[in-house]
Amino acid sequence: MHIPDGVIGPGVSAAAGVVAAGGFGVAVSRARRYLTDRLVPLAALVTAFVFAGQMINFPVLPGMSGHLIGGVLAAVLVGPWAGFLVIAIVLIIQAFLFADGGLTALGLNIVNMALIGGVVGYGVYRVVFRFAGSRPDRVAVSAGIAAFVSVPLAGLGFVFEFALGGTAESLSIGAIFAAMLGTHLLIGIGEGFITFFVVGAVMKARPDLVYGSPTFSGRRTEELLS
Amino acid sequence: MSRRALGLFALGLLITVFVAVVLSQFASSEPDGLEYVAEDQGFADTAEDHDLADAPLADYGENLESGGAISTGVAGFVGVVAALGAALGLFWLIRAPATDSPGPES
Repeated sequence: MHIPDGVIGPGVSAAAGVVAAGGFGVAVSRARRYLTDRLVPLAALVTAFVFAGQMINFPVLPGMSGHLIGGVLAAVLVGPWAGFLVIAIVLIIQAFLFADGGLTALGLNIVNMALIGGVVGYGVYRVVFRFAGSRPDRVAVSAGIAAFVSVPLAGLGFVFEFALGGTAESLSIGAIFAAMLGTHLLIGIGEGFITFFVVGAVMKARPDLVYGSPTFSGRRTEELLS
Repeated sequence: MSRRALGLFALGLLITVFVAVVLSQFASSEPDGLEYVAEDQGFADTAEDHDLADAPLADYGENLESGGAISTGVAGFVGVVAALGAALGLFWLIRAPATDSPGPES
């Protein structure tokens, strides 16, 4: 899921960098309204866990693996904008310390995984959770379903960027669209299960810290669950 | 943090380190979805080498002399510490003012 340098041209990469930087600013200003010191340890732990989880490539098809993105996982646990920061921190560390994901592609990767995978994924979670009856015992399964959906969404983010600025000549966007959608629907199943189990575990241990749950004891700034 | 909260934090961190250091040994080395599509659709060759490909921890420890399992484990551990440290720093820096600290709401 990490775009290397060279695949998307400099214009679109730079534009994505601007969007990512703007998103970072919005994320900081939103997160600082509700992320009190009692929520800081969980947010840091989730960041470390998403880094670890992204190391685990699981087999999906012969010759293809997938790994966690963690966008919905982080967003449901610590809120969509602190969740954006969680994924952005992971991507920055991966790019600069582990040469995973291009440096000029950092903005693209933040847009796809933190903004689409996390913030948009959280929007999907809110819709699913409402349909599921907005009950605390439906938080984990709603998060799992939203996580499943978020992976092909993030994959389509790449297709959009490739259509705008892909450097390869004369390729069929339709074929790439179909290939990205198909493979990432399969990878999304893994994302869904991991998210379901992790969110479920935190809901058991500390339901008061889970931002996306009605049991959350802090203040949500963006919206209030009923 | 209360003792229970501290215990839960330690448990979560232990699980995280286990995933990064031990479970990572069993990770698939097959291309991920995007790499697979890039090869399948014929744009894999547009990818450039990473600017930091010679960094000590590039590709999660492949450049380390220890090689194999130990390198992956070291990379995983360093990554967890870096992620935890960076996140603690950023989130502590931007945390909400204590006066806004909410009690349980009705």
